[in-house]
Amino acid sequence: MTHTTFVALSYAAAVLLIGGLALSIWLDGRARRREIAALETKGVRRRSTASKEQSHR
Amino acid sequence: MTETTASAGWFTRLANPTRFISLSGRVLPWLAIATTFVIAFGLFMSFAAPEDYQQGSTVRIMFIHVPAAWLAMMCYTVMAVSAIGSLVWRHPLADVSVKAAAPIGAVFTALALITGSLWGKPMWGAWWVWDARLTSFFVLFLMYLGLIALYRAIDDATRVARLSAILVLIGFINIPIIKFSVEWWNTLHQPASVFRMDGPTIHPSLLYPLLLMAIGFTLLFFTLHFMGMRNEIWRRRVQIMRQNAARQIGADT
Repeated sequence: MTHTTFVALSYAAAVLLIGGLALSIWLDGRARRREIAALETKGVRRRSTASKEQSHR
Repeated sequence: MTETTASAGWFTRLANPTRFISLSGRVLPWLAIATTFVIAFGLFMSFAAPEDYQQGSTVRIMFIHVPAAWLAMMCYTVMAVSAIGSLVWRHPLADVSVKAAAPIGAVFTALALITGSLWGKPMWGAWWVWDARLTSFFVLFLMYLGLIALYRAIDDATRVARLSAILVLIGFINIPIIKFSVEWWNTLHQPASVFRMDGPTIHPSLLYPLLLMAIGFTLLFFTLHFMGMRNEIWRRRVQIMRQNAARQIGADT
């Protein structure tokens, strides 16, 4: 293998690993936001919100 | 108002996950833009830099290997500080910070190990040697994997927060070992050439791209860490909401 191949492989590994990590974190965030939105649509609230609403009554 | 109360107020305000989500939401786009520009400029400078008289073009591997290795250690240091916050002050975001940082640290460590190996083969004639620097760095990778496994193995959030914080603090002993391994033992890995008492030994034409890439990687770490922390806060909210929904169903029946 030439020196250029070692350099290319290193940068490919960087793109693959960091790109994969960034993508997985972004997809995870999108999935969590969707879950929260779906639960809120069903009328499910967090306790803090519920207790705040009760205290306002 | 004293300085102590002012800092306590700031600390308490930041401890609120909802406030963190709001603040980080405002900071993240700017952080992502800064990361992109600095890394793009760093890459341009890296490839515009001259080849090393001994290493040839493989010196370009250093522009990702060295920042990845620094960040792997900085990430663990951030986790150790967060672990103290988790154990001493029970800061609500401290455990979130530790959990979100672990996979990022694992990836940076893996990248440093892979690129180091890809540099080692043409320069040393070996993919891997069990010298003190490489071995201690491999131990860091195993510690990251262990922490990720621990978070996945235990469901009780309070218990896993305390256990992981203790584990992180015990494991922090490895960070100075990694840093000083090249001085304490006879290693194939070269000694420090940037952070030295007598100043860097690298020519500015190679040092500046390296430092720029290090700044870019640091910005990247904080971008990903903030994103990961937001995800973890949302994950915990989903859990609470599901528990509330289940409780509601139980109360209705």
